[in-house]
Amino acid sequence: METLEQIRDRIVAKFGADTVTLITNPGPSAQHSLLLVAHAARDIARFLHDDPALRLDYCSNATGVDWPDKEIVETVKTTQPDPAGGPDKVVETKTKRIQPGCLEAVYHLYSIALKSAEPVIIRMRTANRTDDVTLPSLTPVWRSCEFQEREIYDLYGIVFTGHPDLRRILMWDEFKDHPMRKDYVGPDDYEWEPTPHGEVLERAKAHYPTPPASTSPKSEE
Amino acid sequence: MNNASTSSAPTTANATEAEAPVSPFPLHSSPFGPSSASGATVRAVNDEFHGDLLEISLGPHHPSTHGVFRMNAALDGEIVTKLKPVFGYLHRNHEKLGETNSYLANVPYTDRLDYLASLTNNWAYVHAVEKLAGITPTERCEYLRVILGELGRIINHVCLVGFLLNDLGTSFTPLLYSLRERERMLDLLEELTGARMMYNFFRFGGLRTDVSADWLARLKHYLEGLFARYLDEQDALLTGNEILLARTQGTGILKPDLAINAGFTGPGLRASGVDYDIRKVDKYSIYDRFDFRVPLGEHGDTYDRFMMRMLEMRESVKIILQAMRDLPDGPVNDPKAKSRGLRPKAGEAYGRIECPKGELGFYLISDGTPNPYRYRVRPPSFINLTILEDLCLGQTLADTIIILGSIDIVLGEVDR
Repeated sequence: METLEQIRDRIVAKFGADTVTLITNPGPSAQHSLLLVAHAARDIARFLHDDPALRLDYCSNATGVDWPDKEIVETVKTTQPDPAGGPDKVVETKTKRIQPGCLEAVYHLYSIALKSAEPVIIRMRTANRTDDVTLPSLTPVWRSCEFQEREIYDLYGIVFTGHPDLRRILMWDEFKDHPMRKDYVGPDDYEWEPTPHGEVLERAKAHYPTPPASTSPKSEE
Repeated sequence: MNNASTSSAPTTANATEAEAPVSPFPLHSSPFGPSSASGATVRAVNDEFHGDLLEISLGPHHPSTHGVFRMNAALDGEIVTKLKPVFGYLHRNHEKLGETNSYLANVPYTDRLDYLASLTNNWAYVHAVEKLAGITPTERCEYLRVILGELGRIINHVCLVGFLLNDLGTSFTPLLYSLRERERMLDLLEELTGARMMYNFFRFGGLRTDVSADWLARLKHYLEGLFARYLDEQDALLTGNEILLARTQGTGILKPDLAINAGFTGPGLRASGVDYDIRKVDKYSIYDRFDFRVPLGEHGDTYDRFMMRMLEMRESVKIILQAMRDLPDGPVNDPKAKSRGLRPKAGEAYGRIECPKGELGFYLISDGTPNPYRYRVRPPSFINLTILEDLCLGQTLADTIIILGSIDIVLGEVDR
């Protein structure tokens, strides 16, 4: 099996340098990955599947990852000469910037024909997390993505174009949210029935306040 | 007349209802296709097949759907013309829980994924965390893991063989024989781990406790004695049985190309003749030290999928006996490897093992905190269902029951 650098070079030679980036993984597993540009991703996937040297015919795992907006504080150290003639002063200036978040789809590919032991990982990123969350579906290339992309759509909200049947799969159809997103806040009114436990009782009261005395049926009795 | 013309809203509603019959499915949307405008798809199906078409919703609590699983099937006479699996009834967002727990606290949760093969679930997760954190298990631990993992495979396949035949309508006998053997193995595991189904026995870099020589001797005695007899009995009773052959041969045929493309793994894939076993390909743990064969099917039909399990059980017994023979002394836990309070370096890892049902993988992203940033289960049951429809098209409804059984799903893993 070729190394990830070789695979990247093949993709660059065929589709152009701006279509793929190598993402290094600093952890001990050293499973690096290729970030594909969304508009060319399906063609690249088809190429990876068909190329006789790679033959990545088996997409084992497809999953989503949520990367919310992140505030990054950068510290810049500058030295300023002391007007009094002493040693130079080091001045730290802190600048904050917001790194925009995105949703990510990660695919783990293997070759059954060539019996590859390590996965070739490809990933795609959406433009943002709110309105531009479309990625091309890889189900036309690997059928095994069919349910998994539905699951990503269900739990993360990534819309896969070209998917044959993109519906919710684990949550019910009327459910509005995407529960695996990092900023998802679950409802706190599961325990709707007032119980003698203090904490639950407080929450239940907040959701179901006592009705005014005039409308309460008990007061009429 | 006047009344009808003035109250326009109800009349139009009635008219459209009469035109397009409302789908008999009790759920909000038709299972056939994304355009779930009620009725439209049903008529399209009718046109396609020029006959009376019956939509039936099998499940979610039908005994033959192996849990809370629903098959929405369109039948032309007795023949299945469309079939959509529906699930999610057991969904408790296992992955979200996994991201709020510490790494160690996830181990007992993995038991609940596939409750018939908890040992291998533990192993897959622990294997992925070890990849993520760069932990190497001790030598003795690796052998014991192989013994326990293969025992887990046997327990799973014993159940499958029993339930598959139950799906065939063999009443009860093979199932009871199978469950009897399972109980005997569960007794041994209960003695070892303290639990009958949720063992919670694997730790990062080791196991929770060591195994006694006495326990191993009894396991060996059992596998060579009673269990060997069970396998022979079951073979004599079933594998050449005329009715079994008639019902399973030639049904639910899966072509190897489709199986690979649809991510079908495990004994089901090998039944189609694809030689792909992660124990042989990845050589994880110490599987390269054992001499065992990977059984392969020829036709990819239900019978082959059944036979794969029977043959794999014999291979698993072989592996366990070899591992017992070579079991080295030494510590079962590496004192330097830390389970509690594990904080892997930032990074990600995907680890997979060959579970009884197929490839079970865990994809983990660490951001340096004590709990995973992303915790993803790659469940074999879930992905093997992708081609359920392809397997069942053109088969009778009775055969779809066995085809589903031969895929071997557990809903805890499908829904998570």
